[in-house]
Amino acid sequence: MKITIDRDRCCGAGQCVLAAPDVFDQDDEEGLVIVLQESPAPEQHQAVREAASVCPTATIEVTE
Amino acid sequence: MSVVVVGASAAGFATAEGLRRNGYDGALTLVGAEPELPYDRPPLSKQVLTGAWEADRIRLCRPDKAIELGLDLRLGTPAAGLDPATRHLALTDGSVLPYEQLVLATGVVPRPFPGTDGLRGLRMLRTLEDSLALRADLAPGARLVVIGAGFLGTEIAAAARTLGAEVWLVEPEPVPLGIAVGTAVGEFVAGLHREQGVHLHTGPAAAVRDFKVNAGTVEAVVLADGTELRCDLAVVAIGSVPATGWLAGSGLTLGDGIECDAHCSAAPGVYAAGDVASWFHERAGIRVRLEHRTNATEQGLYVAKALLGQTGEPFTPVPYFWSDQYDTKIVAFGLLRGADEVRVVEGAIADGEFVALYRKGNRLTGVLGVRRAKSVRQWRALLAAGSGWDEALAISPK
Ligand SMILES: Cc1cc2nc3c(=O)[nH]c(=O)nc-3n(C[C@H](O)[C@H](O)[C@H](O)COP(=O)(O)OP(=O)(O)OC[C@H]3O[C@@H](n4cnc5c(N)ncnc54)[C@H](O)[C@@H]3O)c2cc1C
Ligand code: SF4
Repeated sequence: MKITIDRDRCCGAGQCVLAAPDVFDQDDEEGLVIVLQESPAPEQHQAVREAASVCPTATIEVTE
Repeated sequence: MSVVVVGASAAGFATAEGLRRNGYDGALTLVGAEPELPYDRPPLSKQVLTGAWEADRIRLCRPDKAIELGLDLRLGTPAAGLDPATRHLALTDGSVLPYEQLVLATGVVPRPFPGTDGLRGLRMLRTLEDSLALRADLAPGARLVVIGAGFLGTEIAAAARTLGAEVWLVEPEPVPLGIAVGTAVGEFVAGLHREQGVHLHTGPAAAVRDFKVNAGTVEAVVLADGTELRCDLAVVAIGSVPATGWLAGSGLTLGDGIECDAHCSAAPGVYAAGDVASWFHERAGIRVRLEHRTNATEQGLYVAKALLGQTGEPFTPVPYFWSDQYDTKIVAFGLLRGADEVRVVEGAIADGEFVALYRKGNRLTGVLGVRRAKSVRQWRALLAAGSGWDEALAISPK
């Protein structure tokens, strides 16, 4: 699995961090998404898929 | 089972996607008034309006995605009527769709300025088409009057300044965004606009009285104190109204939006999500209707689970919104409207870097911040827990 993000789209809602806290974080100032693991371990995959779909702005793209 | 979703935008699309992801493989119809596949609206007053983004960048669903989801798309055909007793939905093209479960996600439409029907040079902004048309007319030096300094009006003013237009922003309240975020934060926003050269008129004297019209085209906006603001273009941004006109006579309760219970259900087999939905928020103890982008997705996903019987919990989100004003991003969690007190607990508003807490009665109801997104986020858990005010202050650094 590979995660790509279009960071300009991110609105800082943090839904991704709630869904997959080990894979996503947000910066301190504006709260924009930071990917901690671009190729997350299999046990994270379900959470990452969840994160991608709860993201309101379709910022997160997952290729498997 | 068969599911019909009315409204092909953020909330409707989130519902459809959520249904499939949670295992629903029955018939799924998405009905939309606009001819477009779902797209994202917030950039319409930001990156699309300034021209920083091409329209294609805001798509939420590409044609291949719609096929993958197995959507029966009925775009460009607004729903015209509903009979919840027999579970039939009528479309404007004359077709009638039977359904077992219905989701209403028709959003809101801009509130028109009374008595201005058909005037040229007067715009509103809700759709991609509106945004592209406005951008085409905002040449450098164009004179623009923005009527209403809420989130939409202030963002349009900011985008127009960025494009080099001469901008007047008029608002009958004492400060921009005052009702939404309180006076102190509203003054901060006023400062941002003044710094960028926006002519800001606020207070009762700045209420729009009427328009000077020449051959059907608006030439000037006239304020209550008689001030005439000559313009090439005026944008009306005085709020919006739930798109429920077509539901008159359906028997659904229509107040400020489609009134739902704590589980977002409006009647047996009928749910609502997004800007059009008013529901009873159990933790807050009040009826809530939000016009926030994040809520459209969250509520759509909730409704998908609810109609599959996968959640028995009521819908009690911690609302989130953001707004971009020039290079300043405002972020907030909670319900900020009608607060009894707004207290800065980190940084200072004057420095343009702060975190403020909102209190109603003895409850913490919201948090808002600028350039301190991480600190703002730390209050989310307390809001989710329904924290008291004293409890919140006890752990705040100030
Ligand atoms: C310019 C702009 C900027 C914004 N900026 C922000 C922001 O910075 N932050 C934020 O949190 N929120 C922002 N919002 C709000 C956010 O976009 C909305 O909360 C979100 O779009 C709501 O989604 P929705 O699906 O409920 O409604 P909508 O997006 O309004 O979609 C409803 C859809 O239903 C269709 N429809 C209506 N009637 C019918 C009918 N009878 N039959 C079929 N279809 C129908 C409409 O044509 C529309 O396509 C902004 C909105 C606008 C317009
Ligand atoms: S959920 Fe999406 S918009 Fe929100 S912080 Fe994560 S990537 Fe950004």
